[in-house]
Amino acid sequence: MDQRYLLGNEAIALACLESPVGFVSGYPGTPSSEVIEILAAHPDRSAYVEWSVNEKVAFENALAAAWCGVRSLVTMKHVGLNVAADPLMTSAYTGVTGGFVIMSADDPFAHSSQNEQDSRMYAKFAKIPCFDPSTLQEAHDMVRDAFALSEELGLPVLFRPTTRICHSKSNVTVGPVLPYSGKGEFHKDPRQYVVIPAHTRILHRKLNEKQPVVRKRISESGYNQYHFRGKRAIIASGIAAAYVQEIIPPDVSFMKIGAYPIDEEWLAGFVRKHQEVIVVEELFPVVEEAVREVAGTVTIFGKKSGHAPYEGELSPESVARIMESCGFSPAVHYTSVQPVPDLPPRPPILCAGCMHRPVFYAIKKIFRDGIYPSDIGCYTLGLQLGAVDTTICMGASITVGSGFSHAGEERDIVATIGDSTFLHTGIPGLLNAVYNGANMTLVILDNRTTAMTGHQPNPNTGCTVCGGLSPQISLEALCRACGVPHVETVDPYDMVMLTATLKTAKSLPGVKVVVAKQPCVITARRAGVRRGTYRVDPDICTGCGTCIKFGCPAIEQQDEKAWISDLCSGCAVCAQICPAGAIGREGSR
Amino acid sequence: MRDSYDIMIVGIGGQGTILASNIIGEACILEGRTVRGAETHGMAQRGGSVESHVRIDGKFGPLIAPGSADLLIGFDLLEGLRYSHFLRPDGKIVLSERLVIPTSVYVQGLAIPTPEDLIKKLSRLNLTLIRAEEVAKEAGSILASNVVMLGAASHQIPLDESSLVHAVQRLVPKKTIEINTRAFTLGRNVGPGC
Repeated sequence: MDQRYLLGNEAIALACLESPVGFVSGYPGTPSSEVIEILAAHPDRSAYVEWSVNEKVAFENALAAAWCGVRSLVTMKHVGLNVAADPLMTSAYTGVTGGFVIMSADDPFAHSSQNEQDSRMYAKFAKIPCFDPSTLQEAHDMVRDAFALSEELGLPVLFRPTTRICHSKSNVTVGPVLPYSGKGEFHKDPRQYVVIPAHTRILHRKLNEKQPVVRKRISESGYNQYHFRGKRAIIASGIAAAYVQEIIPPDVSFMKIGAYPIDEEWLAGFVRKHQEVIVVEELFPVVEEAVREVAGTVTIFGKKSGHAPYEGELSPESVARIMESCGFSPAVHYTSVQPVPDLPPRPPILCAGCMHRPVFYAIKKIFRDGIYPSDIGCYTLGLQLGAVDTTICMGASITVGSGFSHAGEERDIVATIGDSTFLHTGIPGLLNAVYNGANMTLVILDNRTTAMTGHQPNPNTGCTVCGGLSPQISLEALCRACGVPHVETVDPYDMVMLTATLKTAKSLPGVKVVVAKQPCVITARRAGVRRGTYRVDPDICTGCGTCIKFGCPAIEQQDEKAWISDLCSGCAVCAQICPAGAIGREGSR
Repeated sequence: MRDSYDIMIVGIGGQGTILASNIIGEACILEGRTVRGAETHGMAQRGGSVESHVRIDGKFGPLIAPGSADLLIGFDLLEGLRYSHFLRPDGKIVLSERLVIPTSVYVQGLAIPTPEDLIKKLSRLNLTLIRAEEVAKEAGSILASNVVMLGAASHQIPLDESSLVHAVQRLVPKKTIEINTRAFTLGRNVGPGC
């Protein structure tokens, strides 16, 4: 046993190696991504690890491994589970022989997400057990136990950490990494693995018959606990339980829920010994609904009584406010303080030299009155440049574009999507747009990586997460195979070619694809690419503001003139758009 | 009850706030103490404002409540001011003199903040300013500014100097151990309480 200071995702990854896991797949998504990166890079790893093309693909791969008796992990963020929901629902029917853990990382407050959905609902929906850690040590221990529980019950187990587990740190006690030496072997059993109606009706009944055993084993797991201290109680789940423990007074009973489904009799026994109970949990009132079902005459405070929020994340001070609003006095009082008002914001921004910026600039110039559906990635930040009109989910830039086209919208439609997102769920949308005769331009922002989540490789990168080389795929050939008649590739740092290519696309009917190709400026720098830097000649600069409005973080304004800082990565786009010709390569003037 | 020593480390994505907080966490492990931390990852890293919470002797959640931090270490004047409400009334702030103007100021045509204005707004606090970049250059690399800041704040941190130095040496890249050790010491020599 070893004490280490670990990131939550590191503790989760190490628990997998202690189990030991044999098969790991996933698709990157904040806050889940580090688990696979850490597993792939671990010197003592013996498991198979892959970045899959999307979450459904990842899920089905891992499920098959679990059908072969191999302990398997699949990782994704909460919205990724929507993509994988189809196999999820029926995998509970077929069950597994090797332990199968589904890590779906939730993001209360949507720090890096498009919604605040609650993965615990999926576990309930699919009728499978769910673990919801309140500390990093618990996250570690739960993953280890989840593999064993999955094998014992023959069911997939959902593991649902939140951002404040995945991306927080703590001292964690970890065990030794064990080698995985098993070999998957599939035993044919059509009644188990071929879900035709005749089979699936029986499988569904068997799944329902398992539920009392599931409840009993969850009760015995030790992750749901309580302490009697008085006539009033607080019940909390996940990270909120840690916030409650920090401020709960000594005369208030405490129950922590870390595993589902909750045994009703056990819960009722606790709740009914109190007069007033507060339920504290993030997002959906999963625990609160269970508590209300068994409460009888006990007064329950929570979301449904208006005392706790349905949205956002909790914190020690927000939990203290909830307690105060219910007439409970927290043991710690926080003074109400306000941030300094009116400070200029510093939101995330596309990097200096990012290839997305000139593409958005050119799109806005060529398709002045266009509509710009976009997608999920760094380029969603194109919103700041006025070049992103919609995002909904992975791959939806293309489908929203074709939907606009068929809805009768007559303006030009220019969709933008990254290479990883295009491969994730973009291809069916493109195929559909061509098949049904949409009129739109698609710009694939091809930076050769999954940049947003931390530069994970994808099939377009040419290598795998474990460093193996993979065949180079051709985005152009893929698009042509979907039936796109006009596909052109362009260097987005070349403003003349970029605008000319977009103009050509604009002039043609049907679905047109422009692939703007340039490596992510961060990966390029890491690979040793040095393009030099650019500077503004203050004698020539007219202070017109064209380069300032371009929005590059390397371009500042000093004394009404532009000035380029050391953030410059030498893309030279500003030099091409400056109407006065005042910007040149350092030293060339 | 709260019995942890709570530190906020704030700056701009890419300035090394996470390494600085990792060094404190590692030093806690070396001393056999409990510790909790929270970080900004993902989208917020792209040149955005970032915050790390570190709670020495923390036993519960990782988040520090506004108005309750014992120490604020800031790598940028504007970011120091942005998170200054996290400090308790008698808390200390150790702040780099560096200021990066956010691009939003130019693009949206907002008033450009000056170092003088920002420092003036912080004057009600127990503030120490550090020329972190100059000290880091003296140590051998401007990239060691974060370790300079940690050294400068280290007199306030209830951990042994030797644990922090040991943690620096464990966590920085091998080639930079010497520079970073020097950065820590030079920072410590210019910090408040030395």
